Amino acid sequence: MKRAIILIFFCGAVCFAHLPAVCLAGQISSTELINNAKEYDGKSVVYVGEAVGDVMVRGDFAWVNVNDGENAIGVWLNKELAGEIQFTGSYQAKGDRLDITGVFNRNCVQHGGDMDIHAESIRKMGSGRLAGEELDITKRNYVFVLVAVLCLTFIFVRRRKSA
Amino acid sequence: MILKPQLQDFKNIGYYSGRIIVGISLTMLVPMVVGLLFGEINPALDFLIGAEIALFIGLILTRLCFTKKDLNWMQGMVVVSLSWLAAMLVGAIPLYLSGHWGSYLDACFETMSGFATTGLTLARDIDHLSYAHNLWRHLIMFIGGQGIVVVAVSSFAKGLSGAFKMYVGEARDEKVLPNVIYTARFIWLVSIVYLILSTLVLGTVGIANGMKPVNAFFHGACLFMAAFDTGGFTPQSQNMLYYHSLAFEVITIVIMLLGAMNFNLHYRIWTGDRREIWKNIETRTLSITILLTFLIVVIGLSQVGSYPSALIMFRKGFYQLISGHTGTGYSTIYARQFIDEWGNLAIVGLIIAMALGGGACSTAGGIKMLRLGVIAEALKQDVRRIILPERAVVEQRLHHLKEIFLEDKQVRAALLITVSYLVLYGIGTLIGMFYGYSFLESLFESTSAAANVGLSCGITTPGMAAGLKLTYIVQMWAGRLEFMSVFTLIGFFVAVVKGK
Repeated sequence: MKRAIILIFFCGAVCFAHLPAVCLAGQISSTELINNAKEYDGKSVVYVGEAVGDVMVRGDFAWVNVNDGENAIGVWLNKELAGEIQFTGSYQAKGDRLDITGVFNRNCVQHGGDMDIHAESIRKMGSGRLAGEELDITKRNYVFVLVAVLCLTFIFVRRRKSA
Repeated sequence: MILKPQLQDFKNIGYYSGRIIVGISLTMLVPMVVGLLFGEINPALDFLIGAEIALFIGLILTRLCFTKKDLNWMQGMVVVSLSWLAAMLVGAIPLYLSGHWGSYLDACFETMSGFATTGLTLARDIDHLSYAHNLWRHLIMFIGGQGIVVVAVSSFAKGLSGAFKMYVGEARDEKVLPNVIYTARFIWLVSIVYLILSTLVLGTVGIANGMKPVNAFFHGACLFMAAFDTGGFTPQSQNMLYYHSLAFEVITIVIMLLGAMNFNLHYRIWTGDRREIWKNIETRTLSITILLTFLIVVIGLSQVGSYPSALIMFRKGFYQLISGHTGTGYSTIYARQFIDEWGNLAIVGLIIAMALGGGACSTAGGIKMLRLGVIAEALKQDVRRIILPERAVVEQRLHHLKEIFLEDKQVRAALLITVSYLVLYGIGTLIGMFYGYSFLESLFESTSAAANVGLSCGITTPGMAAGLKLTYIVQMWAGRLEFMSVFTLIGFFVAVVKGK
């Protein structure tokens, strides 16, 4: 019995140790991917972040750059999958938050050596929205104060000129 | 004996610096208007505040220091070096107010990086930066690339005979046309024509690549400004990797090479003298150094075997090399990949390319091709002197716009600036190592900052030590102005303190 438990434990440990080589089920940050690109190259990864910039459709596929707050990584995905993205991050909008499962490529052969992720599936974790901009009252007040200071300066300049 | 500067010296310096600051305040109105057009109210206010503060300082200086006297050489040099610092301080105001820079020092770093056409960035979350702030980051590269003083000289200088002294102080010792104001205007004409053409081409390619039309043309204009002025900022955090496009890479390579070309060569092309390109020592030297450094990069990359095919290795290696050699700093790989995947030899090849730079009287930084050509010709002359009989008269000629006989004073000037650059690269490396980075990383980042390149191996981040930020600011400033005006400013301060 004792031997059987040790054997099961050993087998379990071996399987667990080999798991990352097959599929890295846990979410991985962009920094982790970039700094350990060799380790993750060609493996399935889960990457979560905000879609930013343009959804660039190229034939039946599209590029979406996804930023996890540390870096942005290009995600190559099916055009239909890209169609689910409504908002992309910019000054005026908060982009959709995406959970991407796909193959990470350190130097993608298909895309001229770019570091990218070829998405197999995406899941929208949170919908983006337009970022409404509220007038910053402090900045507005600074503008008025400075206008007043500039008016006084112009008067000073003109007086010295006429003098 | 050192002479203490007179009141008139301060008045001249204050007056002309004030005029340049007024000019900078007016340029801030461009991003302000763009911000309003895109409905970005708070960013527009940032630029209005920045413009008001700059205008206030400029007006006070021009009024208090009002003079009709012309600049002498010392004053001209001091005006240039001080104006660049003043431009950094006022230009950083709208960036700091945006909240995308962690401190005012970070915003100053970004502004100096922009004006000096370096391209190292400390911005946080560029992907959510407003159009107005992004435009300003690229516009300051456009202004800095032509030269802040060139902007002032070409826009509101009227009969300013001291303009040439400031023009030289801004590392432009060659005139394209006999009159410095016409030269400045020609530089602008070239830049504006290329800006319009390149924006149209890049914008169209952007749309074909799936970008929204507004974004495509905005990115097109920004990319041109940063590529032609060998700057290196981009509107997105991934730099050129954002576009995933071979077409963008090819077009920007052409623009970067155009930016690294001497404006005199542009003039020759525009006036139909295309043969000058092939005869000119700068073009020849640039071709040779690109070939040699690319060879080093290729051997280095082959040794490491990071790239899966020769074509990919060529594409990645050549793009980063041209970007580094021209002093642009565009990148299609992540900063960390240089250290992790390129290997020491390829990195050294790239560092050499960055250190050498582009053409004289261009927007590129670094030692420059003309100086390198002069030094190489002088070396050839010395070798011939040794080989030939002692009585033989050895003359060395080089072709730069015309046939020139090599003189010792030219060699001395070229060597002096080259040594100054090497010392600047070295000091930055030592300081980088002091902060705990490896020799190669420190050398890479220091060379990139001092030669106004902008490629990074990962040291330049918002979390970088303040001492290192200040070091790189000084390196970018001194490297862009090519030392003489900076040395003159130091001499001026010594004279103020110790002069009699």
